[in-house]
Amino acid sequence: MIAIINYNAGNITSVARALQNINESFVVTDETKKLDMASHVIFPGVGAAGEAMAYLREKKIDTWLKTYIKTGKPLLGICLGTQIILDYSEENETNCVGLVAGLTKRFPDKLTSDGQALKIPHMGWNSVKLYRSHPVFKNVSPDAEFYFVHSYYPAPSDESDVLGTTDYGMNFCSVLAKDNLVAMQFHPEKSGRPGLQILKNFCAWRDNA
Amino acid sequence: MLSKRIIPCLDVRDGKLTKGIKFKGNVDIGDPVEAARKYYEQGADEIVFYDITASSDKRDIMIDVVRRVAETIFIPFSVGGGIRNLEDMRRVILAGAEKVSVNSAAVDEPKIITQGAKAFGSQCIVLGMDVKKVDASGKIPSGYEMVIHGGRKFTGIDALWWAKEAEKLGAGEICLNSIDADGMQTGYELNLTALISENVRIPVIASGGAGKPEHLAEVLTAGKADAALIASMVHFRTYTIEEIKKYLSDQGIKTRMLW
Repeated sequence: MIAIINYNAGNITSVARALQNINESFVVTDETKKLDMASHVIFPGVGAAGEAMAYLREKKIDTWLKTYIKTGKPLLGICLGTQIILDYSEENETNCVGLVAGLTKRFPDKLTSDGQALKIPHMGWNSVKLYRSHPVFKNVSPDAEFYFVHSYYPAPSDESDVLGTTDYGMNFCSVLAKDNLVAMQFHPEKSGRPGLQILKNFCAWRDNA
Repeated sequence: MLSKRIIPCLDVRDGKLTKGIKFKGNVDIGDPVEAARKYYEQGADEIVFYDITASSDKRDIMIDVVRRVAETIFIPFSVGGGIRNLEDMRRVILAGAEKVSVNSAAVDEPKIITQGAKAFGSQCIVLGMDVKKVDASGKIPSGYEMVIHGGRKFTGIDALWWAKEAEKLGAGEICLNSIDADGMQTGYELNLTALISENVRIPVIASGGAGKPEHLAEVLTAGKADAALIASMVHFRTYTIEEIKKYLSDQGIKTRMLW
């Protein structure tokens, strides 16, 4: 059973609908007892770091995640769910879950590409350059693009945790991976067929479990 | 590098897809859910729905359309038309839309932008602007005036001022429609689009006037738009989205080519 962590951070339903489309059964919950029964956990999210962390602490999901990650069962972070698994986020100056060493930073104000000022948020379709192969990106073309919408980006302190980068006037870490954890800044549930393939791969990913 | 987005716009009235010229003379042209699916499969990067249903008691039909669209396509979509308060926004977002677009309501009551951004995040709040070219004056220094209520009411508000103001209030994106160009298929209003896009830091979607792929190429380069809205040219099957994207790619304009 797949579990989607519900933490009042926006559009959980879009992840749920994508899983329905690929015929995966799932629960959406904020109860750690139910999360304990999951074989795979998805940590989605749209919203602000401060409020999200407050909710997770109240439901004790922050400490639950630290225990879960040690079981070797797969964890998928999406967007805000990716940013707040790091130690700290510049958004609302928030101490975060700390599954991966590093920070979430705001895009610098004066990003340019070919002399043209870039907009913030980084909104729309962009590609990902993978540094190595990963089961979750199996059968996904290197030319595929994914839907991004964010003003902050994850910056893990250990280079080896970076699985892929994306170019937006600068190269930022758009996918990070460490053991049974894989986390992406873009929204696979809103990225058409390549995104659905990533979700399918994740649900089939057994890793150490 | 970020791709330019091609976004079909679906006007929906009483649950049916429709298309008008200069906001008038609408004809029904099919089922919005089917159309959304077709465009998703053709490579649309996003879809915009405008609910132009006149009577508020039929608004629930639109919520049902949104729900069915969300089960069918896996790209972002926004819904505008008749969104007047936080509750309207919440209903549309819970039904599965990524973004809501506010237009007349934001002019009447600008704080709805800030409230929406706070509740759902700036990325959810699109400011829809209907703009008409007028003589530049002290009141309208840019020569572009905001028009509301489906193109019927002039507001005396300068479009450039309003775009900047809405960004400050928390809008995450602007969908900029030229009423003069709408439905004419003779090209986007390039001056207007470039003027707004160069003066805000949020993405700008150009709308109104697309008739052939060259028009999109112009607005995405000279017009400085981040995305281009299309309607008639695909609704009436003159072009497919794939054909448009191939043309843009040949012109060196990057769009998402794999879906």
